[in-house]
Amino acid sequence: MKKEQDYFRDLVEIRSMMERSSKFLSLSGWAGVMAGIYALIGSYLAYYVLDFRPEELSDPSATAILPDNFGQVVLLALVMLILAISTAIFLSSKNAIAKGEKAWNATSKRMIYNMAVPLITGGLLILIFISKGWISWIIPLSLIFYGLSLYNASKFTFGLLKYLGLIQIGLGLVAACLIEYAVLLWAIGFGVFHIIYGVYMHIRYER
Amino acid sequence: MKISLHGLHKAFESRVRLGIMSALTVNELLDFNSLKDYLNVTDGNLASHLKALEKEKFIEVQKSFVGRKPNTSYAASKLGRKAFNDHLNALEQLIKNVTE
Repeated sequence: MKKEQDYFRDLVEIRSMMERSSKFLSLSGWAGVMAGIYALIGSYLAYYVLDFRPEELSDPSATAILPDNFGQVVLLALVMLILAISTAIFLSSKNAIAKGEKAWNATSKRMIYNMAVPLITGGLLILIFISKGWISWIIPLSLIFYGLSLYNASKFTFGLLKYLGLIQIGLGLVAACLIEYAVLLWAIGFGVFHIIYGVYMHIRYER
Repeated sequence: MKISLHGLHKAFESRVRLGIMSALTVNELLDFNSLKDYLNVTDGNLASHLKALEKEKFIEVQKSFVGRKPNTSYAASKLGRKAFNDHLNALEQLIKNVTE
């Protein structure tokens, strides 16, 4: 016959299994910090080195005339994106392995699919806008769709991610109104808030 | 100290079976390999526990093909959800009685 400690352990086990099989809890806080640092470096380079001023491109009469170095801005954005994603995958896999779990399991798949739908929608919309020459919309759209994807993914990982998503959506909407501050708002959203989120997650769950 | 065994289902005495039911109550559908990853058990062990739950009609089995490979997925049945829920309530009750 089982003892009362066994019943208690049963309940603990049930709870942990429900959580582990519905939420991906190996998402790394450090990955957030690194993504934030990449974003800060990237927006600095875009603004001061490449002189990227989206507000000057918001005039409807200026459509379809891309600045000469726009290709470099896109390249910079792609490099930042790839760096951030590969860092997140690398650090989260390390976390998962340390816990004796597989990084690519039913839970992480579900989180990624839920993230991917708004993210890819936003990415395609941005490409459409670029093709029309509406450059000033890139920044607000990237913040808004990234925020939506975080909000969606938060159901399948740490719930706190929801608030990071809402902040990005809010900053994106503000950036849409105040296009002259868009680069700054982007640096705050993708840079500063990623770092704050990452440090908090690291302190709370990974130490 | 009052410990009543009433309400605890025999099928859930094994922790692997409890684990399977826990995972299936929060997931609509899980395939064999996902369950194996979550539970850290061998193929044979998992298969025998799944068989036992299937016999009780606590889980439903869906066979399909991924490419050419057969893929078996499992879902908790209505009966299984109810039994598991009753079992949880009974466990809770037992622990309450112990701590009081």
